[in-house]
Amino acid sequence: MNRFLIPLGVFIVVVGFLAVGLTLNPRELPSPLVGKPAPDFSLPQLHDQEKVLSSNDLKGKVWLLNFWASWCGGCKTEHPVLIQLAQSGVVPIYGMDYKDRRDEALAWLKEWGNPYPIVAMDEAGRAGINYGVYGVPETYVIDKAGVIRYKQIGPLSEGILQGKILPLIRELQNQ
Amino acid sequence: MRWLYLAIILLIPGLVAAAYEAGPLAENPQAEARLKALAVELRCLVCQNQTLADSNAPLAEDLRREVREMIAKDMSDKEIIDFLVTRYGDFVLYRPRWKASTTLLWVGPFLLLAGGATALVLALRRRQKKFTDVSLSEAEHSRVAQLLSEGTNRP
Repeated sequence: MNRFLIPLGVFIVVVGFLAVGLTLNPRELPSPLVGKPAPDFSLPQLHDQEKVLSSNDLKGKVWLLNFWASWCGGCKTEHPVLIQLAQSGVVPIYGMDYKDRRDEALAWLKEWGNPYPIVAMDEAGRAGINYGVYGVPETYVIDKAGVIRYKQIGPLSEGILQGKILPLIRELQNQ
Repeated sequence: MRWLYLAIILLIPGLVAAAYEAGPLAENPQAEARLKALAVELRCLVCQNQTLADSNAPLAEDLRREVREMIAKDMSDKEIIDFLVTRYGDFVLYRPRWKASTTLLWVGPFLLLAGGATALVLALRRRQKKFTDVSLSEAEHSRVAQLLSEGTNRP
């Protein structure tokens, strides 16, 4: 009896580890930037290339930074959620058009609707690298002091919005 | 002469494969060598089991460009790696750093090895105790000899 107890115990432990491992998403990497100041950027705007969107202009309020692109499938998935959030007026969502072509991005927004007050263009993907972006869409919650408080990797969903992002935004806005 | 042809033919696939390798070459071969050395230590975050050197993902291309520029600015390897770690976390490193949260990762295999070796030694010792030599009497010896010879005599 005893000789089977040890292998059985080992087996159960291994199965336990594997079971937990299967539920983890290897695509979701913890960002070292959460809790750190949001990297500065100063980039031309999508709708008016003469103008610039700078992260410094956004200090003093809570805002979202959403990396998206017209070529990105997940961006279309999360788009209705962004539109709804924008219509509620709770928090401004600034867009970062990541490695995209200007005409295609403009056409995309025209077709599906524009949830962003301003979109900046990150043509070379430099802002993306500074923010640790490795796949669009990614969304950052940035507080009044310009500190990143949350990073969403992959499409936003209604559940994540209600469960995590909106409570956090309310808390940050009251600070 | 035949050997020369053979050598050339054998080289062709290598050349073709090299032609598909990612990234434009810098003018400076020394910088390119440094980039190569760094890129095999860094993980591509899109295709997670490839290094930055292997990957053709757009992000990997951008990161190689970034590293190339940092090399051109004469930054040290440590500065370049820190630049990436502050943005992407320890996960970009193919060889994770030694710190509290990675101790088990580094030491774990050796602990398992030591545990296995101990278990093996214990089990072998226990087994050895079970099979002690049994002394045979004179009569038993002759019986064994008789049985063995019977076996060999059989057709």
